[in-house]
Amino acid sequence: MIIKVTLPTHLRTLAQVTGTVTLDVPEPVTQRAILDALEAAYPMLRGTVRDMSSKERRPFIRFFACGEDLSHQPSDAPVPGEVAAGSEPFRIIGAMAGG
Amino acid sequence: MSEVRVLVGTRKGAFILRSDENRKSWTVDGPHFPGWEIYHITGTPADPNRLYASQSSGWFGQVIQRSDDAGKTWEAMNNEFTYTGDPGTHQWYDGTQHPWEFKRVWNLAPSPTDPDMVYAGVEDAALFQTNDGGKSWRELPGLREVKGNLWQPGAGGMCLHTIVLNPEDSKRIFVAISAAGAFRTDDGGETWRPVNEGLKSEYELPDSAAEVGHCVHSIAMHPSRPNILFMQKHWDVMRTDNGGESWHEISGNLPSDFGFPIAVHAHEPDTIYVVPITSDSYHYPPDGKLRVYRSRSGGNEWEALTNGLPQENCYVNVLRNALAIDSLDSCGVYFGTTGGQVYVSSDSGDNWMPIVHDLPPVLSVEVQVL
Repeated sequence: MIIKVTLPTHLRTLAQVTGTVTLDVPEPVTQRAILDALEAAYPMLRGTVRDMSSKERRPFIRFFACGEDLSHQPSDAPVPGEVAAGSEPFRIIGAMAGG
Repeated sequence: MSEVRVLVGTRKGAFILRSDENRKSWTVDGPHFPGWEIYHITGTPADPNRLYASQSSGWFGQVIQRSDDAGKTWEAMNNEFTYTGDPGTHQWYDGTQHPWEFKRVWNLAPSPTDPDMVYAGVEDAALFQTNDGGKSWRELPGLREVKGNLWQPGAGGMCLHTIVLNPEDSKRIFVAISAAGAFRTDDGGETWRPVNEGLKSEYELPDSAAEVGHCVHSIAMHPSRPNILFMQKHWDVMRTDNGGESWHEISGNLPSDFGFPIAVHAHEPDTIYVVPITSDSYHYPPDGKLRVYRSRSGGNEWEALTNGLPQENCYVNVLRNALAIDSLDSCGVYFGTTGGQVYVSSDSGDNWMPIVHDLPPVLSVEVQVL
């Protein structure tokens, strides 16, 4: 499935991309499958979104899609159908942490 | 005419400052990696255009960057720093045991002879090594076996912040850790032992002369005398004349013996520099005067260097990796402040001028002469 991922500014710079990233993700489309595909396409992002070893989401990273916060969903749960269909982006967000 | 390149790591990016050997007129290139903390950016002695930078963020973790063209372009390298085996636990602030957790790279020490070989000092304290220019990293775990369970984080974290390579013997390495102390290997990093005899930490440790646990802030060595090292400890400026077997205090007439960096003159092995800070409670200079202190006798007798530095209302700090020395005949001294100034003296500290006033807080300063 061709899905769209938006990255926070710093990770776009690190990955040397602009705008939304397009990834070919195998079904079923889950958070884990999306992040696996993202890291395969952009190896410099390994360790920046989730822990290198445990694959746990980094504490100050959030996942939003379709107006919902998916951060605490199981990583192997299917993402919303609009994300899997490529009509809505999977948004990786740097959490608000500051004044 | 030689070119001077000053590599500055800050809380919000890296900057490269360039001048000719007069060191009067400077250009500022940056920020590189804007918005990221650059704990250290350094060049490799064997290939001055090969630079390494430690780029980190509370959000996105650790990235290692490498440039092969003096900072014109950068490539993100492998950022996997995995402790060998079960890393176990160390002492936490409250005295309980806490799991070892990788947080960031504080210091990068390239080999004097091989641009692909670099040591990395990390938080939580450990030493890693790459032999392929940053494509892979492996820990030298013998270090953490030296009573690592008794090491504890200082206020800045439990960081391995200083790596001193012996130019005459590549197997001998010194490292310093807050708050664990100084350690030495004589076999290239496989086995280590603490070298803290003579250090006293009356206010920080229940046993003031403990084998490990001392909050060493930085260590410096002149390459011509690898057995003589100088140390800025949390409190006390110290010296060893026997490769760390024993240390003695050389604080002498300093207005405060608390501070972070220490450095040795390029051509005068007994000329050393510190930047006294009021105390661990007040991380700013005594009396609001920014003064570098120089000893030309290997310690104990110190003189204040003030010409060109603010002598009133100055409340910045100078962090442990933010003091550097160049190798020109008229030795240059450089330091950066938490107020974002980078100062240069092109005459061994007698006179100073700011290169830049308004960078983000400076974490590290290194200098290359080309």
